[in-house]
Amino acid sequence: MSTEAIQSRRDWLLSERPASRMQARLGRAYVAWRRFSANRLAFVGLLIILALLVVAAFADVLAPYSPTIGDLKNARLLAPSAAHWFGTDDLGRDIYSRIIYGSRWTLYVVILVAIIAAPVGLLVGTVAGYAGGWTDAILMRITDIFLAFPKLVLALAFVAALGPGIENAVLAIAITSWPPYARIARAETLTVRNSDYIKAVQLMGASPFRIVLRHIMPLCISSLIIRVTLDMAGIILTAAGLGFLGLGAQPPLPEWGTMIASGRRFILDQWWVAGAPGFAILIVSLGFNLLGDGLRDALDPRSGDQ
Amino acid sequence: MSGKTSTLLEVEDLRVNFPTRIGQVQAVRGVSFSLGRERLGIVGESGSGKSQTGRAIMGLTPPQAQVTARTLAFDGIDLLAAPARERRALRGKRIAMILQDPKYSLDPVMSIGRQIVETLRTHEKVGKAEARDRALAMLEAVQIRDPSRVFDLHPHEVSGGMGQRAMIAMMLIAGPEMMIADEPTSALDVTVQLDVLGILDRLVSERGMGLIFISHDLRLVSSFCDRVIVMYAGKVVEQLKASELRDAQHPYTRGLLNCMPRIGFERHPLPVLDRKPEWAV
Amino acid sequence: MNAALSVDGLEVIFDRFRALKGVSLEVRSGESYGLVGESGSGKSTLLRAIAGLAPVASGSITVNGKNLGKGRDKAFYREVQMVFQDPYGSLHPRQTVDRLLQEPLAIHGFADGEKRIERALDEVGLGTGFRFRYAHQLSGGQRQRVAIARALILEPSILLLDEPTSALDASVQAEVLNLLEEVRRRRKLTFLMVSHDLAIITHMCERLMVMQSGEAVENLTASQLVGHRVTKDYTRNLLRASEGFVRTA
Repeated sequence: MSTEAIQSRRDWLLSERPASRMQARLGRAYVAWRRFSANRLAFVGLLIILALLVVAAFADVLAPYSPTIGDLKNARLLAPSAAHWFGTDDLGRDIYSRIIYGSRWTLYVVILVAIIAAPVGLLVGTVAGYAGGWTDAILMRITDIFLAFPKLVLALAFVAALGPGIENAVLAIAITSWPPYARIARAETLTVRNSDYIKAVQLMGASPFRIVLRHIMPLCISSLIIRVTLDMAGIILTAAGLGFLGLGAQPPLPEWGTMIASGRRFILDQWWVAGAPGFAILIVSLGFNLLGDGLRDALDPRSGDQ
Repeated sequence: MSGKTSTLLEVEDLRVNFPTRIGQVQAVRGVSFSLGRERLGIVGESGSGKSQTGRAIMGLTPPQAQVTARTLAFDGIDLLAAPARERRALRGKRIAMILQDPKYSLDPVMSIGRQIVETLRTHEKVGKAEARDRALAMLEAVQIRDPSRVFDLHPHEVSGGMGQRAMIAMMLIAGPEMMIADEPTSALDVTVQLDVLGILDRLVSERGMGLIFISHDLRLVSSFCDRVIVMYAGKVVEQLKASELRDAQHPYTRGLLNCMPRIGFERHPLPVLDRKPEWAV
Repeated sequence: MNAALSVDGLEVIFDRFRALKGVSLEVRSGESYGLVGESGSGKSTLLRAIAGLAPVASGSITVNGKNLGKGRDKAFYREVQMVFQDPYGSLHPRQTVDRLLQEPLAIHGFADGEKRIERALDEVGLGTGFRFRYAHQLSGGQRQRVAIARALILEPSILLLDEPTSALDASVQAEVLNLLEEVRRRRKLTFLMVSHDLAIITHMCERLMVMQSGEAVENLTASQLVGHRVTKDYTRNLLRASEGFVRTA
């Protein structure tokens, strides 16, 4: 594409006089994207997360060995080498392949938790904030009860009740992660609830349901996305913690936390068994954190739309 | 005051630029004027650069902005060349500034009296007791009826008019020679506005200060100031004596005067300002 | 009797603070009525109480012969609309002009939305070029025009105006005041307008009420005010203050 064509496309996106709904929306997204991509670290974060997605999608192609079937006779606890980049574990499985397949479980946990917890938090927070009075008091006291326990302890209790397994771990983490989202959404709702633009919609005759759903929720979403992204690292760690304690994913599932747990016994002599999945968790958590920071700069309404 | 020091402030070709993502924004584009011991009004609408002019003189422009001028001198001191420390010392001691809303300019967690005392003691070596006496006298000078009570109040405990008086007291305590007032009464009710202006007027003339009064309200400025500068799009479009406002030449000044509804003048519809692109050139 | 709006003995209490202390007024159909006062006079509270945005403790409000209770139904909002003071705060920051104008139409189930939006934008002098802009891409005056378009799109008969121009530059104020007068004439609207500026009220309104700390001080016609035929000292003070600064010495 010629530079002129690029320039004209940019002008079209940044137009002060968009001619259609589509152009207005794209222009807005483009401005946010420019603000985001100006932040180098955030870009690195995004690349890490994209890499994670690619690895998870093409695990079958990328992994040189099976993640679950090892070579017990010849390949137990081998140090990293050209044949086994990250070495092998006590059952002779290639750790590199297990980490590649493990990315799927990491994504599975993170995405499911986000899909369950964020909407619940958003709904509880906005309804409580907008309704006020008794509704607010009851919903927020429930939220407080959940917030009063450390996340991991509460998750442990739920998993213990539900039974071990990765689905139950996801559920337990989701149950313990919505309260902060509810708090954020409520705080955001309280600041906009009395603004003139919400009053104006009331004066249009809009129902409370419509106001919350169509006018307040969109305003809370960006800070929620930021918070969820920043929490992703914590979710991965909690999932890994549960896996480590034997309450999350069960062997032989190549879940990173579970892998660390089983590598614990060899941590002094065969460090790579626990070290490699630990490093993977570190990198992905870092990626989500950097991405979240970048999103905060790009999406935060307080940093100004001007 | 001797006649020789009649020029307090000399501004020549002042420019303030803000670099932004879409290029330079020129907030002030070559403003020149001089100020003696007089009341000078700077009038303009939002975006005219009037506030940025005041801030540039005070040295309160945001750090990313570029301020240039052929001359920007206060009492012979080149403000742009002066080191930051000297400039800070000038600020408050010899040049003072009042902002629109006292709520944002006063420290919310410190009592009004203490703020005035602190201001005085940063600029002068005075004992605690003397500083307190002078602060009380100053509060009295801005017509606060019960100075010793107001002395101990916090900014949120007083009304807007009282807060703005306290602000004036704080700004005048060190005896500045020049004061920049940026919309000092716009947040106040009309009747309170006049009281505050009366106080400001008396103190300025008693102390022989130079005053730059920045406002969007052409009529108010012309009733208060000796001389008026009208700004549009970062430039001075007209400079004239306040008493000669009726004979203003520039169509912008005339338009601005005309477009306000006035009691006793029935005009339907109101004349509107027809902005000509050449005004901004 | 053709009162478009009448208020009788209205009391508004926030927590324990009596913001309105038994205020009564009557606005005739097609009339423009002004409320003048300084901050804390209760003039905006009166407007908001009529719109259903302030807690009414006692008294009654009647719109076009119908007595309003605590709640407001959709039919009320078709009759009464409001324009807020701050054009920067009254438009949703994440919605385009198009979306802002569509909302009332969607709520009230209008079918010919496209046409109405175009007509509304033309009426306030913006044209369709502004239709897909966000609020932050508009100037203060343009925002206020959008707010007026939004208030008019449901074709109300009464418009409540809460200091609609006090946040605007003088030249823009003139344009917006002219626009308001024009739509009022064209649509035969009834105005109830709040302002702290006597000049604006005498320019826009035929009758007015001066308010102070939640109470009515006096009721006047615009010509009485212009001729300085006022009876209360407070009004006289306001009049004097509105003439600008006078050096006493």
